[in-house]
Amino acid sequence: MSVILVFLLAIAGVATWWLLRQGLMSKPWLVVGEGVQQTTLPTPKIGLGVFLAVVGCLFALSASAYFMRMEYADWRSMPLPRLIWLNTAMLVLGSVLLQCAVAAVRSGDRDTLRLALASGAVAGVAFLVGQVLAWRELTASGYLVTANPANSFFYLITGLHGLHILGGLVALSRPLAGAWRGAPPARLRLSVELCATYWHFLLAVWAALLVLFTGWASELVDICRQLLT
Amino acid sequence: MAIALVLVAVVAGSVLFHIFSPWWWTPIASNWSYIDDTLTITFWITGAVFAAVVLFMAYCVLRFRHREGITADYEPENKRLELRLTLATAVGVAAMLAPGLYVWSQFITVPAEATEVEVFAQQWQWSYRLPGEDGRLGTSESRLVSFENPLGVDPDDPAGQDDVIVEADDLHLPLDRPVKMLLRSIDVLHNFYVPEFRAKMDMVPGMVTYFWFTPTRTGEFEVLCAELCGVGHGFMRGIVMIDTEQDYQAWLQEQSTFAELSAPTQVGLAEPANP
Amino acid sequence: MVDVTPDGTRGVPQDGTTAVPPAEVADAELYHPHSYWTKYIFSQDAKVIAIQYSGTAIGIGLVALVLSWLMRMQLGFPGVLDFITPETYYQFMTMHGMIMVVYLLTALFLGGFGNYLIPLMVGARDMVFPYVNMLSYWIYMLAVLVLVASFFAPGGPTGAGWTLYPPQAILGGTPGGTSAGIVLMLVSLILFIIGFTMGGLNYVVTVLQGRARGMTLMRMPLTVWGIFTATVMALLAFPALFVASVMMLFDRLLGTSFFMPALVEMGEQLSYGGGSPIMFQHLFWFFGHPEVYIVALPAFGIVSDLISVHARKNIFGYRMMVWAIVIIGALSFVVWAHHMYVSGMHPYFGFFFATTTLIIAVPTALKVYNWVLTLWRGDIHLTLPMLFALAFIVTFVNGGLTGLFLGNVVVDVPLSDTMFVVAHFHMVMGVAPILVIFGAIYHWYPKITGRMLNEAMGQFHFWVTFLGAYLIFFPMHYVGLVGVPRRYPELGETVFIPDSVATLNAFISVTAFVVGFAQIVFLFNMIWSIRHGRDAGGNPWRATTLEWQTPQTPPAHGNWGKDLPVVYRWAYDYSVPGAPQDFIAQNDPGPRGAAPGPVPA
Repeated sequence: MSVILVFLLAIAGVATWWLLRQGLMSKPWLVVGEGVQQTTLPTPKIGLGVFLAVVGCLFALSASAYFMRMEYADWRSMPLPRLIWLNTAMLVLGSVLLQCAVAAVRSGDRDTLRLALASGAVAGVAFLVGQVLAWRELTASGYLVTANPANSFFYLITGLHGLHILGGLVALSRPLAGAWRGAPPARLRLSVELCATYWHFLLAVWAALLVLFTGWASELVDICRQLLT
Repeated sequence: MAIALVLVAVVAGSVLFHIFSPWWWTPIASNWSYIDDTLTITFWITGAVFAAVVLFMAYCVLRFRHREGITADYEPENKRLELRLTLATAVGVAAMLAPGLYVWSQFITVPAEATEVEVFAQQWQWSYRLPGEDGRLGTSESRLVSFENPLGVDPDDPAGQDDVIVEADDLHLPLDRPVKMLLRSIDVLHNFYVPEFRAKMDMVPGMVTYFWFTPTRTGEFEVLCAELCGVGHGFMRGIVMIDTEQDYQAWLQEQSTFAELSAPTQVGLAEPANP
Repeated sequence: MVDVTPDGTRGVPQDGTTAVPPAEVADAELYHPHSYWTKYIFSQDAKVIAIQYSGTAIGIGLVALVLSWLMRMQLGFPGVLDFITPETYYQFMTMHGMIMVVYLLTALFLGGFGNYLIPLMVGARDMVFPYVNMLSYWIYMLAVLVLVASFFAPGGPTGAGWTLYPPQAILGGTPGGTSAGIVLMLVSLILFIIGFTMGGLNYVVTVLQGRARGMTLMRMPLTVWGIFTATVMALLAFPALFVASVMMLFDRLLGTSFFMPALVEMGEQLSYGGGSPIMFQHLFWFFGHPEVYIVALPAFGIVSDLISVHARKNIFGYRMMVWAIVIIGALSFVVWAHHMYVSGMHPYFGFFFATTTLIIAVPTALKVYNWVLTLWRGDIHLTLPMLFALAFIVTFVNGGLTGLFLGNVVVDVPLSDTMFVVAHFHMVMGVAPILVIFGAIYHWYPKITGRMLNEAMGQFHFWVTFLGAYLIFFPMHYVGLVGVPRRYPELGETVFIPDSVATLNAFISVTAFVVGFAQIVFLFNMIWSIRHGRDAGGNPWRATTLEWQTPQTPPAHGNWGKDLPVVYRWAYDYSVPGAPQDFIAQNDPGPRGAAPGPVPA
């Protein structure tokens, strides 16, 4: 359960930092008056932040389970198909393109915005298609979901990640449709920024998952263990 | 008004119930009287806290209930009081935790002279395996379980040949000799629970768990399954007999070893089955 | 993913001098629903959603109540009802536990009270993402329907116990294990978690962003603190159940071996191998223990406010109360394995988890002290909410203290898996929070409906529920001490259990039927009083918090009419020396402002 505990520690750190700025030590009965206000971040961004914490929790728990299950004797690591790296490139590309979209929406450049959003969405779709092809390749070469727990985890976790990308594509369709209909960039700005943040987050999750699947993570854990003992 | 009296009655009733109730733990039959002592300490400390809090509340309700013309005090906080209460609580908690952890360290430290006994659980019956002359249990595995080899003992392990198999029958243990109960299940979670021994532990398929104890009194004790294991859970009972050394040896002589049990069936088999 | 209120509603101009809370919105026509469907069924108004959540939760809770009667019938009078076989007993038990913990308590405290109280108490017009909020309820409703469907599925609902421990949960020896029961249960849980996450985002972000001007964190009522912290915990804990449920579904439907070791079921070798049932337990309790506090923290918060209002005194040690809530919330993530002392996990974990568990007792005890110290030199009005609050303290202290038995690793060894555990958790997270729910309903019903609940029926309900529940669960501890294991449909012949235990069981059962009946009276009261209750006015308890200061009662959609409230003081200005009356509302600018406070209606 160490992965999730480290993740929660990070969240606890952020929460403590935030709480400490909220006057938790003040004596509220002594202060009468309107008082000062608050954050300036738009509400949807805070909402997305909280949601990403939940998603992060989900993947941290999956990783925790992965490490726990790995300790048992029947674990046989699975080779990653080459295609995975192409998919990773697609995901990175999507992230970059959405960041371009953010820049475009900020500067009010409609054409670039449309292009960046559309190609970002295509990159997302390409990633998903690539993932499905990678699954098919693996099953064709005998790495079935039930054959070994390592395989089961691979399908489960990539599946969960894919579903989140799919959800992201649904969310992305809104600013995309807006840009296509010619909505003013200022009105699209928030939703484009939200999509970009979400994409970067899922890219980060994917990077962490790759570390897990390639076995670098377990090597790292071994090194840490040796250092401790 | 009535509530104040009822609160007092709740405290008085609870204390009287505790003292006079005929329902109390079964007479102990193992070395774990320490556990009972820790439990008793916990009862005293928590009982005192419960009585104090509820009686204080009853007093407040009686004394400060609403009357015309009375206003409440204005007192946002009293740091010193809260600090003292926190410290007192911490001391009380430590007084329960310290003996608890001390006894736990004994509970999980098996003495070297303890004999191993395997408890084998399946839906919904208990079987047992005792080491034979060599004092060692042979290896075993769920995959090897079959009609002829109900406990899944490895037939290739020489240490397992003289293991005494007690299938779906009573277990006998000698008095005053520490035993390490090795707990093994082949289907679902079970839990080997004899109330008089105080100790218990889940049995998890795929691993061997354990606890140890020393029987301190002879007699017949009931084994219950204490972890939900399917529809037969409530009926998964067994018997442990604690015998004097003589009785125990007499019982042991009547039991069959693994080799004896598997010999007759192996006569008809040319080759061991090859999956 | 996120739904922004229509742009036209961001009407407050920013002139640069006063910072405007980001979610502060003017009341706009655009925002209000126009048809019956959008007003009452697919409503985006948090208050309507709250009532929908509460109604559904209470409805499914009644099913769980009936199930508990059937179980008590079997335990008190074994064999009298011949349709209660071990199979059905385990199904009743599992459904009772799961419904009560997840579908009733979690949904009612967070979905019900959270939705109703958070926007009103922090001075917001609504939740920040009303559309997502609506979806949250309907997904919850779907989860409940799937759960109910399992009663009608072939093979019936699962009988694996509410902990759903593998391997037995998905094997043939357990009711519903190889039929649809367990699948529907897991699907329902997954739906519940998705729905809850949507609602939970709302509750958290509304507290973060939707507070009225002047409502600093330290001016929030403890009810909001409790619900807020519990929601944060739930958002972080429920993913563990989600992951565990998905993995178990894989094991059950696809034949993977996440949790399944090599098994021999009834003499037959199964194809599973290598998995770890203990891993499930870790994941389950990583959710399951915070879950206890997800139920308890809202109750802590609400009861603090009930005591303060009805004792006409500020809550004693408000700051400590807030810190305790936050500390308990954080600590509850590092105590989960105290449910697993005898699970076969590494014995050294016992030292760590016993220590953390007993440490959590300190802030919890501090909360209890502060509740009773609030009564000291108060002006105690023995109203129904106050009575329920007092009863809560009795049962919570009792249940909390028996928690010290079970948390202290070695004391847990003889007691675990006995009726002592059943008595403990019913007292501490069954009876105690439900008494708070009753107190809260008696307290806020006048705001929700504009009428008071009937006092006579309420008194009957209180005395029977409080004393009855105590009579059920206090003696049950002693049944456990004798050594009676939990989850036994009948004891049968035993060597060590005296016959008098059967008499005690019969007594407990009869008391349970009586207490259950009193709840019917309560439900009748809730319905009867909507029409026949005494008119309550806007602020019958003369309370300070914002929900009592709304311009209309019940509050209209948008809560505050034209202008949002501005908060000038903390939530506990009761019996302030020199003040004209014994409370000063949070939005009352006070003597310096000289303006008369708003008059609630």
